[in-house]
Amino acid sequence: MLLGPALALSAILFSLGVAGVLLRRNAIVLFMCIELMLNAVNLSFVALAQLHGASGYVMVFFVMTVAAAEAAVGLAIIIGIFRHKQSVDLGNINLLRG
Amino acid sequence: MTEVVFYLFAAAAVISASLCILQRSPMVSALWLISTMFSLAAIYVLLNAQFIAAIQVLVYAGAIMVLFLFVIMLLNLGQAESDLRGPSTVAATLVIVGLLSVELVALIRYTPRRLAAELSQWPTYTDPATVFVAGQVTQQEGAARGVVGAVAVPLFQVYLIPFEITSILLLAAIVGAVVLAKRNA
Repeated sequence: MLLGPALALSAILFSLGVAGVLLRRNAIVLFMCIELMLNAVNLSFVALAQLHGASGYVMVFFVMTVAAAEAAVGLAIIIGIFRHKQSVDLGNINLLRG
Repeated sequence: MTEVVFYLFAAAAVISASLCILQRSPMVSALWLISTMFSLAAIYVLLNAQFIAAIQVLVYAGAIMVLFLFVIMLLNLGQAESDLRGPSTVAATLVIVGLLSVELVALIRYTPRRLAAELSQWPTYTDPATVFVAGQVTQQEGAARGVVGAVAVPLFQVYLIPFEITSILLLAAIVGAVVLAKRNA
């Protein structure tokens, strides 16, 4: 059934995603680390769906939809910031006003 | 046999994810993230979630990562200098991530048997088979309707309203992305 190993793998991938978000300053890599965390959560949903029924698969479906929406809007914002600042380094982005 | 394949793909996923967060170039990072997603799709197949594996490859590795690669190429970020934070932040990150992973790896103790033993103190439940009926129902449903049908029944019956709200979310995301990325907005 591989429930325990799948949950452990999910935990490791989530921790790696958190490490990436904390370590990197590039906004696009940061977004990719968020996708990595969403994938880790999806893995635990799929693993637990073996016990608790197909609702887990439906949740994975919704997580993927939200991830797609988030990626589209987030990358559009990054393009806007790049046009303004000529950089996607989060160390250079420290103003709320344009 | 299944275990060996699982651990093979699990190792591939962890190594790819580590390389993804450590590579300097965002383009190389993105390619390693795609490798992680393919490994996860293989693991979904091993966990009897073939439909989820298919949409993982189509939506994640196909659509979302192509969007990332497209933006990286559009902004011409191929040759970036190192963007790791300073040593004090790295140390703090190691502590935080260490604590978090110890906390999360404790999840491995979530076994059906243990949970059923805890629940069996209640008068009504006795063994895993009676506690986790839903999983068996899903397997029977999968055998009767096919893999996709087993997902479609809860999606279009129990979760119909969240499903419809999702379409509004996607519409809002499309409009928002177009407005934000348009020149001279």
